[in-house]
Amino acid sequence: MHYDFQFAFIFQHLDQLLVGALLTIRLSALSMVCGLAVGIFGAIVSIHGTRPARFAVTSYVELIRSTPFLVQLFIIFFGLPAAGIQVDANIAALVAMTVNLGAYSTEIVRAGMMAIHPSQIEAAHALAMTRGQIIRHVVLTPALEKVYPALASQFTLMMLASSVVSAISAEELTATANLLDAETFRSFEIYLVVMVMYILLALLFRLAFWLIGLVVFKRRRRLGVPRPRRM
Amino acid sequence: MIAEFSFDQFVFLLEAAQWTVLLSLLAFVVGGAAGFLVALMRTSHLQALRTLSAIYIQIVQGTPVLIILFLSFYGLAIYGFKLPPMVAATIAMTIYSSAYLGEIWRGCIEAVPVPQWEASTALAMTRWQQLRYVILPQAVRISLPPTVGFLVQIVKNTSIASIIGLVELTQAGKLVSNATFQPFLVFPIVAAIYFIFCYPLSRFSFALERKYHAHR
Repeated sequence: MHYDFQFAFIFQHLDQLLVGALLTIRLSALSMVCGLAVGIFGAIVSIHGTRPARFAVTSYVELIRSTPFLVQLFIIFFGLPAAGIQVDANIAALVAMTVNLGAYSTEIVRAGMMAIHPSQIEAAHALAMTRGQIIRHVVLTPALEKVYPALASQFTLMMLASSVVSAISAEELTATANLLDAETFRSFEIYLVVMVMYILLALLFRLAFWLIGLVVFKRRRRLGVPRPRRM
Repeated sequence: MIAEFSFDQFVFLLEAAQWTVLLSLLAFVVGGAAGFLVALMRTSHLQALRTLSAIYIQIVQGTPVLIILFLSFYGLAIYGFKLPPMVAATIAMTIYSSAYLGEIWRGCIEAVPVPQWEASTALAMTRWQQLRYVILPQAVRISLPPTVGFLVQIVKNTSIASIIGLVELTQAGKLVSNATFQPFLVFPIVAAIYFIFCYPLSRFSFALERKYHAHR
């Protein structure tokens, strides 16, 4: 079977793909910021909240973590109009990504907060710090520093998972590729190029997280990151 | 004509869920076998094998499952194989899970303390004997919680196969939702069915972790 691979035409449409990639970046970045905010809030509530509040957060986390992102997306995109709220595909995508990432972030940040040694908090009490100060300076900041790598990899996974929002025709990278595919019928070449673009995006995100880590967690540089042991 | 959501539709969803289960099992078994090879390559003493498997993992982990799915669906079609969606989905899910399981299991093999390697070397075991009798039995024990945890990811990611038209649980939900115009009812039911599969698995993974790390 003979097949002529043609990649040349893709370069004429590269600007379209780049616009799509830009929306992928914007959706991911926005959902990371909102998702992290949800996560920090959820983690604090799940540790310090009242019993019903804790139950609510735990249910949210477990429900989201045990159902596919695509189904969550469909509930938000098809469900909200049925409930009388009209949403644009891009907004629905952003909401679904935030809800999803919020649950994972809650779990990750909570794990970090639980890992703070009780003696740290006792010491803070001895220094007459208020409850808010303790949570902010003694628990949350070191906790975030500790779980930063886990958060970063969860965020990168979300960026990759954002490709499925093409199913509701939000206009990100994969949706743009679908559009090009429908025009040219050169599916394989297009998705091959898009695959390379996603790999580059993943590398870009990793680089960005590394740089952000350097700026935000200055202490980390002094402490040094423990190296994985080699065999 | 708008159909009412009835027991028949619910049965249709459950029937479609069988494809979700089948696809998950195939992805886990075939992907697990491939992932085992990847893990062995990643921990090999041959630099070439380590590099090759590292590149494979980087590529697959840097690509969305959906794109892998499109590539296997359209890619094999250009060579004249008209693949049913189920075959393309199995291939894509296998590639996906082999890379992730390979990386998870590499970590488990490397988590076995180095003196175990040294002691078995001192007993003049060959590398294969070391793996077979000393390292892997311990690595398998370490690997159980994350492996069961990853099974949850596999089940959830099979939903992506709906995008190429495989009538598994999510696609069935979409069909029923289109017929009944009750997405706010249908998709939560679909989500509940996924939850029934995934939640016990993730509790099980958590319980395993508690059991094996009781000394901590």
